This record gives sequence, structure tokens and C-alpha cells, in this order.
Amino acid sequence: MLTVSTSRAGRKAGTGWQAARRHLTHPLVFRLLSSVVVFAAWEYAGRKPISASFPSFSETLVAGWEMAADGSLGAALLITIVPLVIGVTISAIVGVIAGIVMGLDRRAEWLGVPVFIVAQAAPLSALIPLLVLAYGVGLATKVTTVCIMAMPVIVLNSFKAIRNTPTSLVEMGHSFLGTREQVIGKIILPAASPVIFAGLRLGLASGFIGVVLAELLISPTGIGDLITYHQSIAEYPKMFAAIAVVILLSVIFISLLERIEILLFRPEKRSVA
Amino acid sequence: MSAAARQVAPVDPRSAGAMVSVRSVSKVYPGGVEALNDISLDFPRGQLTTLLGPSGCGKTTLLKIVAGLLPATSGEVLVEGRTVTGPGPERAFVFQDFALMPWATVLRNVAFGLELRGTPRSEREDVAAHYIAQVGLKGFESKFPHELSGGMRQRVGLARALAVKAEVLLMDEPFSAVDEQTRRKFQEDLLQLVVNEQKTFIFVTHSIEEAVYVSNRIILLSRRPSRVMRIIEPDIPRDVSPDQIRRNTAYLDTVESIWQGLKQYLD
Repeated sequence: MLTVSTSRAGRKAGTGWQAARRHLTHPLVFRLLSSVVVFAAWEYAGRKPISASFPSFSETLVAGWEMAADGSLGAALLITIVPLVIGVTISAIVGVIAGIVMGLDRRAEWLGVPVFIVAQAAPLSALIPLLVLAYGVGLATKVTTVCIMAMPVIVLNSFKAIRNTPTSLVEMGHSFLGTREQVIGKIILPAASPVIFAGLRLGLASGFIGVVLAELLISPTGIGDLITYHQSIAEYPKMFAAIAVVILLSVIFISLLERIEILLFRPEKRSVA
Repeated sequence: MSAAARQVAPVDPRSAGAMVSVRSVSKVYPGGVEALNDISLDFPRGQLTTLLGPSGCGKTTLLKIVAGLLPATSGEVLVEGRTVTGPGPERAFVFQDFALMPWATVLRNVAFGLELRGTPRSEREDVAAHYIAQVGLKGFESKFPHELSGGMRQRVGLARALAVKAEVLLMDEPFSAVDEQTRRKFQEDLLQLVVNEQKTFIFVTHSIEEAVYVSNRIILLSRRPSRVMRIIEPDIPRDVSPDQIRRNTAYLDTVESIWQGLKQYLD
């Protein structure tokens, strides 16, 4: 249908064709297209069905709507978000500061970097039983899990961001008589901010993994409870709806973070957009 | 060759005319790489002196030592008779890769040297606007570096160096990252700048033609560890048009003679 309308426009007037082309190549069109492809494949796989426990996209959507309507989804989200936000905030503040200090000071680097490299490489979910022993099954354990998952990537990205400041920019700062504080504040930190924010986005995503992991492994609460409960009574569409909501929430949080970055630190990106 | 250019002693006996003096400077990098070996040179006031030599010969190292960005292993650098211990307000640097802050506008980049010195905003922006106009970028004040061409970016770098009103301009292969046509225009503008600004220029390049075209004096450095091989003062009329300079016999002979001298360093 699209081809017909565009080719007709092309015969009548070149400008009509160009306008149609401009609309069709808009980034939004491609983004919608990619979701349509994924959801269509999901719907097909659910209807075929590839497994009795795999619901179609439409069933999941309906189940999600029902859960939103009866309030169980909102209540669960609220429980999940609290430890997530606390944990990610702590990780962001401590992690960025630790990473910056390690990037600026060799001694701090030697002291700190090995710890975080090990932390990033280790399968930290294995530590969760230990956390339960230490903190019980409450909020503290969930927050700690989020921190353990989110902090290493934030620290290491901030560290690398500082270390990779272009040498010539730092030399420029020195040659125009900048003090060490000025060079750090006006050159090194702004130059590092894109990679620091990339680390924050990765940390946020890991934080989501952490909080869901805690809810699945420690105490069935929040979204983790919705997932395990609906799995146990074979309500698979609701179980998938709960999973989908976590993914959606993670995507929303991460794009919000990107907006904040551009708004606060990237004037050169703002002027193009 | 003597008709085209005359050779002079490495250290001018009339040192009073020297804005910058390099005294027995050697540089050994950590790890044992010897970049400079006992270099002594004078850079006359108000002139453009070029450091020319095979690639990797330590030209940029010497320039950064003069800038105070690198410490010399031994020897000293004097600017107006005072020993250099670090960067100073009388020297400004123009970087090979421009060294512009991508998050700052042209105006802020040009005013940045003054910003670091604590000059009030309106004052430094007035000065910056003046030099932006002088390098031909009027109207681009609120653009960001990624919106400019390579040549325009280096004009920003030049305006930033001019804005701090330094006596000595240190230029590290400033035109090597711009295209050939822009480069020629730059060279012509640079000659004008030397005449108009009455500043001392120290210029690093690996282009023989560029060196002969823009320089009052060319210092030919040998391969690492660098020594001063020869000093040449091209005897070329500067008051004629660019095309006439480029076709001038003295210009062509000097280029050829430097090329013959440098050829031995290529394997």
C-alpha cells in the first residue's frame, strides 16, 4: 500500500515524493518498525505455540492491563522501586566519586581498581545468601544487592573516563595557566562526563537485575513476587506481563538518565537536536 | 645556495635581540629515549622561526619544553632573560589537534585562556569577539567545534592564543590537520599576522615548502637525538604577492637545498 501511494506521488510531483520519503525515513518510523517486528514475532510464537507456558503478546498485554486495573501491579512496582532507587543513588554518588578520585590519583587507583575489577568479574549473585545471613530479608539486603550489582561498572567507567581525557586538552589547560582545580573542573570532568554517564546507564540496568534477583532469591516481594507467584499457579500471561513491566521500566529510567545528561552536560548535543 | 640563504651561528652573539633563548637543552624520556642533545638556540624578537626536521626528531619536544609543558633533562630556557619553570602568560600555544573543548562554543573556547586567568565574563567575551573577527570567524561565535571545518577549528585555536595577548606564539604543526588549500590560505594569513602583530613566533612543521614560505629563520634539526644541523635565513622578498613568492628563485633554491640536506635521514 505504501509503495502504491508513494510511486503515484512520485509521478505527479517530485516534491510530494520527497516529502513522503522524508516522512518514511524519519527515525521514529524505524523505531516503531523495530517494535512492531518484535511484537509480531512474539505474537506468532505465542500463537503457534512454541511452549504451553509461553503466552502471546496480546494475552500478555491483556494480563498486564488486568494487573494494572486490580492494583496489584502498582503495589508491586512501589515495593520494587524503593530499594532500586536507594541502591542506585548510593552507587551513583559513591561510585562516581570513587572513580574520579581513582582516575586523578595513582595511589587511589592502585588501592581501589583491583577491588572493583574483581567485583565486576565475580558472580555476585552467589553472595546473596551471605547477605541474607548478615542483614536478614528486609530492605537492607535488597539495597546491598543493588549496590553490589551497580557500583563496579559505575566506578570503573568513571575511572576510565577520567584517564582517557585527551592529553592535548589537559596540556591546553596548563599552557593557558589553569590551576589544577581549574583543569579538573573545567576540562577533565566535562570531558569525562559522556563516559561517566554511560557507566551510570549500565549501572542502572545492573541495578534492575540486582533488585529483581533479590526479590526472586531472597524474599518474594514486589515484581519478583508477581513473577514467582504467577509462575507457581501457571498464570503465564501475568508472569510475562510482570517481566515485561520490569524491562519497560528499565528502558524508561535509562532514557530519562540520557535526557538529564544532555540537558545538564552536553550543550553541543542540544544545539543539534 | 649562499645566494638564496645565508647560514648563521646557532647562538646569536647579539643575544639582546633574542626573545627566547634555549641554552644546552637535552631531553631524555623515561625509558632512555634521547630526544634532544645539547641544543642551544636563539629566537629573535618579532620574527617567525621554524623548527624543521625529519619526523620524530624532537621538534615538538623542544617546543613543549619552551612552552613549559615538559621539563628539560638538562639546560635551561630563557624568555626575556627569565628562566622558564612552567607555562607563563607571555607564551601561548597553538595545538596540532586544535585542543578545543567540544562542549564549549567558539566564544567560550576563544575566551578560555582569559577565563582561566579570572577575567570578568563580559570583558573576556569582548576580547574574544575581537579576535574571532580577526581570524575571519565573525558570526560563528555561538557554534560548537563539531559544526566547524578543520581549518575553522584551527582559526579558533589561533584566536584563543591571540586573545591572551602573549608575546610569544608557539605553534605545533598547526596546519598539518587541515587540507592543502586551507593550508595555503593559512600560510598567507600567517605572514600577515607576523607583520601586523609584532610577536615572536616559534613554528614547528615537517613541510619544507611551508617552512621556507613562512619563516624568517629555519632551524634544521637532525634525527633523534636532535642536534642543530643548520640554520637558514631565507632571503625572500616578503612584500610581493603569494604567487610571486612561490615562484621566486630564492624560495625554490632554499626548498631544494633543505631537501638535499634532509634526504640523508630517510631510509
